[in-house]
Amino acid sequence: MKREQLMVAAIEQGTVIDHIPSDRLFEVIRLLHIEELSSDAVFIGYNLKSQAMGNKSIIKIANRFFSEEELNQLAVVAPNVTLCIVRDYEVVEKRKVELPSELVGIVQCHNPKCICNNEPMPTRFIVTDGVVKCYYCEKEQKLGSVKLMAQ
Amino acid sequence: MSENRSLVSIAGLTREKILYLMEMASEFERHPNRKILDGRVVATLFFEPSTRTRLSFETAANRLGARVIGFADPKITSGTKGETLKDTIMMVSNYSDVIVMRHYLEGAALYASELSPVPIVNAGDGAHQHPSQTLLDLYTIIQTQGTLENLNIYLVGDLKYGRTVHSLIMAMRHFNPTFHFIAPKELAMPEEYKQYCDEHGIRYVEHEDFNEDVIAGADILYMTRVQRERFSDLMEYERVKDVYVLNAAMLSKAKPNMRILHPLPRVNEIAQDVDNTPYAYYFEQARNGLYAREAIICDVLGITLEDIKK
Repeated sequence: MKREQLMVAAIEQGTVIDHIPSDRLFEVIRLLHIEELSSDAVFIGYNLKSQAMGNKSIIKIANRFFSEEELNQLAVVAPNVTLCIVRDYEVVEKRKVELPSELVGIVQCHNPKCICNNEPMPTRFIVTDGVVKCYYCEKEQKLGSVKLMAQ
Repeated sequence: MSENRSLVSIAGLTREKILYLMEMASEFERHPNRKILDGRVVATLFFEPSTRTRLSFETAANRLGARVIGFADPKITSGTKGETLKDTIMMVSNYSDVIVMRHYLEGAALYASELSPVPIVNAGDGAHQHPSQTLLDLYTIIQTQGTLENLNIYLVGDLKYGRTVHSLIMAMRHFNPTFHFIAPKELAMPEEYKQYCDEHGIRYVEHEDFNEDVIAGADILYMTRVQRERFSDLMEYERVKDVYVLNAAMLSKAKPNMRILHPLPRVNEIAQDVDNTPYAYYFEQARNGLYAREAIICDVLGITLEDIKK
């Protein structure tokens, strides 16, 4: 093993989330409720060198798999992370987590006068070029500054 | 649920649809009283008071022979008891064939149209959309200019918050207009609408001055009110409040075909001496609201121009 390689135990099954922008790592931890996991192993690499990103973070979580809704939320906070699903120590699926064209019930509308902030209804946003637009009031927000719905 | 024929926004209307509704409105101008909605019920739900718009819609429904139910004062509705908009819409849609609604929240009409089994007509949702106002504005422009094509439209006053001017830009995108935006810096046309103009090839010129030379090229002079409460800097309000007031002397260089529109109510942005000039057209514009709204109610109910002409 090269000296600069990381010493991280392999997981039998679970999820690896790679290419997380380091400034988003703690938000991702909060979003996925990783601090609440009591019995499963979690490995977190912070501020790691990356050829593509310069600097990245990585999370490896044993025995946890995420739903599409959770991944959509993840994509809002940290676009273009890589997701690896591990089963029997093998990576059985590897893909980029991309933003869907529409986000339902994930992002909070920043317009207090929008109907979606005043009725018991899911929010709905259209995604285009780093901007999300509320389907109802049509107010736009930059993806980097959105607030997620309370969990 | 039947096909959703609701009218919630001007943005989705095609050129053909706009011209079709104009033709329908023109038919109603010729004969406003037609009992084609005999036996139907139109609900007017005004969660926010708006006497002018409500009277216009209710007159339209009455002249078409429909019965009208609803409320004009939100204080008497169960919304004040905590009822959701969803529940109100689901309840009223059991009783009526169409719901005309005004709401203080943005996107309320679109949401209602997703829930309601009967068509929704948006009579204003907060600062967002007010499509019937835009259609009556378009009808007035056709009526005074004979066309919607290639016109010079001058928008004056509060271009930042004025939803009527924003909707007018969107609707006119089909007709090759040139816009002139005349406003104080603090109430200038927002970037997003200038960007909209760029994306749709709409020419526009911005002015801060408002005088006879600036407006000499106008076919339509669309006035709006500069409201004190819109200013964060009251010194700025004091400086500009009288700058965007139109008086008769400023019309000395106006083109003969030029007409002045205003969504009303006016306060002091058009001096009384303008009313008697041949250019004043805001009261006729308000009357056109009746014809445009008769057309809208019929269209959302699936009644065609051919049906009307029968």
